Amino acid sequence: MTNFETIIGPAYLVAAVLFILGLKRLSSPATARSGNRLAGIAMTIALAVTLLNPDILGAITGARLIPIGTIVIGTLIGGGIGVYFARTVKMTAMPQMVALFNGMGGATAALVSIAEFTRAIGETGDAGGAGQVVSIVLGTIIGAISFSGSIVAFLKLQELITDRPLRFGGQSWFNAALLLGSLAVGGIVLVGGSVPALWAVLGIALLLGVTGVLPIGGADMPVVISILNSCTGVAAALTGFVVHNQILVVAGALVGASGTLLTLLMSKAMNRPISNVLFSGFGALQTGGNGKGAGVVRIVKEASAEDVGVALAFARNVVIVPGYGLAVAQAQHTVRELADELEKHGVSVKYAIHPVAGRMPGHMNVLLAEANVPYDQLAEMEQINGEFDNTDVALVIGANDVVNPAARSDTSSPIYGMPILDVDHSRNVVVLKRSMNPGFAGIDNELFYRDNTRMLFGDAKASLTKLVAAVKTV
Amino acid sequence: MSQEVLLGAYVFILAIFVGFEVIARVPSILHTPLMSATNAIHGIVLLGAMLIAGAAKTPFMQAIAFVAVILGAANVFGGFVVTDRMLEMFKKKAAPPVEKPE
Repeated sequence: MTNFETIIGPAYLVAAVLFILGLKRLSSPATARSGNRLAGIAMTIALAVTLLNPDILGAITGARLIPIGTIVIGTLIGGGIGVYFARTVKMTAMPQMVALFNGMGGATAALVSIAEFTRAIGETGDAGGAGQVVSIVLGTIIGAISFSGSIVAFLKLQELITDRPLRFGGQSWFNAALLLGSLAVGGIVLVGGSVPALWAVLGIALLLGVTGVLPIGGADMPVVISILNSCTGVAAALTGFVVHNQILVVAGALVGASGTLLTLLMSKAMNRPISNVLFSGFGALQTGGNGKGAGVVRIVKEASAEDVGVALAFARNVVIVPGYGLAVAQAQHTVRELADELEKHGVSVKYAIHPVAGRMPGHMNVLLAEANVPYDQLAEMEQINGEFDNTDVALVIGANDVVNPAARSDTSSPIYGMPILDVDHSRNVVVLKRSMNPGFAGIDNELFYRDNTRMLFGDAKASLTKLVAAVKTV
Repeated sequence: MSQEVLLGAYVFILAIFVGFEVIARVPSILHTPLMSATNAIHGIVLLGAMLIAGAAKTPFMQAIAFVAVILGAANVFGGFVVTDRMLEMFKKKAAPPVEKPE
């Protein structure tokens, strides 16, 4: 039988490089899809050459049906299930789908670790060096936490169990005890080479995944999934140590690292510090029960100019809502520049002019005309209000009260009944504002706290200049 | 620590640095697709499942390997397909994904 080591090694190296290039392309909207496909090619190469592994090849040439059947039928069943759900899941249910797939990966890592340990102990009575056994124990723990945690996250997002935080007294201590317990039993595995002890480690870690995620509310689940995703990456890398396979180590570590960074970026974008997400059980006991109402801290989401630039450039249509802040900052020329840049990207741009935008009626139209904004792009309130439902991004520049939904709904609000621009109907709202100070009428604006609203703080002109630069680089 | 484990540790640590660097400037509209793509990539544990399937001798081990292969394959194939579906929306002129309230 030929030794295929000379093919397997270099092919894994090629796959590793393709994974990295794929990830790189995935971090820009224009190239993201090709990046995903590149990673898919890398995966195909890695899986294909694995069939040349001596054990597997021996099974194929020796026509040993069980290993062949395990691999072929298992891949067909698993792949079929995966592709079916991936194709049919609704776009809104995407986060829980990712959670489910992630859990499956975690379970795989744990099972591989346990199987390899059991085999080695059974065949030779020795599982290899300490590094090997530590990898096995940690791979089992992390994979199991990732599995059961992801399942809980899935159930919460799918609303099969309540998405409210479920808490009990001493929960954090209980979880800490579980973690220490799993490590302690892992120590027994290391010293005694005991297979039952490793199953016990699995059981404890599975429980920890459940009790770790239950206390976290549904709104924070995307961050949790991202954490568990990077956990599975690390578990996969540890599995690489267990089965002596470098491509597993590389791909797993890539996911572990990028997943961790992604978690930090996400929690920042959602304005939720990680510690808040994971341990919010400490302080939130009092307010935990009722979803809304007094005492709930309202959170605004801050966006960077780069993020907003990308969102604008990839929108079909953008409605700009200029307000007094734009006039104060003398930013009408810059906003025109931004609109021109967006049109170069094929985005349709309109301006929604509230009757009282600016300092006096019609003020804004004048300012924009001065900046040579084509007249047909200016839309009056009555014209444009019906169109917000089909607007991808509403860009609110230095306007506040004229976009405050309270005027429509809150009878106690001083501006109740004032006609407003219904920007809250559009898919995404970006608000350029100097600070969180309330507007002219001195009242809070709930638009700023909505889920689909992002804030870009700063002087309107400075922010717009940054946006122009950001759109140019897309 | 054996040479092999040590070498693996080098690879692991260098790959972590690469992983951080390579996605450092990802815009927030790509957060969900990127999470989904990395999710597909760690499906590479399927490869480990294939290896233990090849080495399994007892029925019990074969059963574990079978379950592991199924789960790993679902992770890989489902992960890549679902990511591709998300990214389809970034085609020019298509509706961008609504930033999910989540």
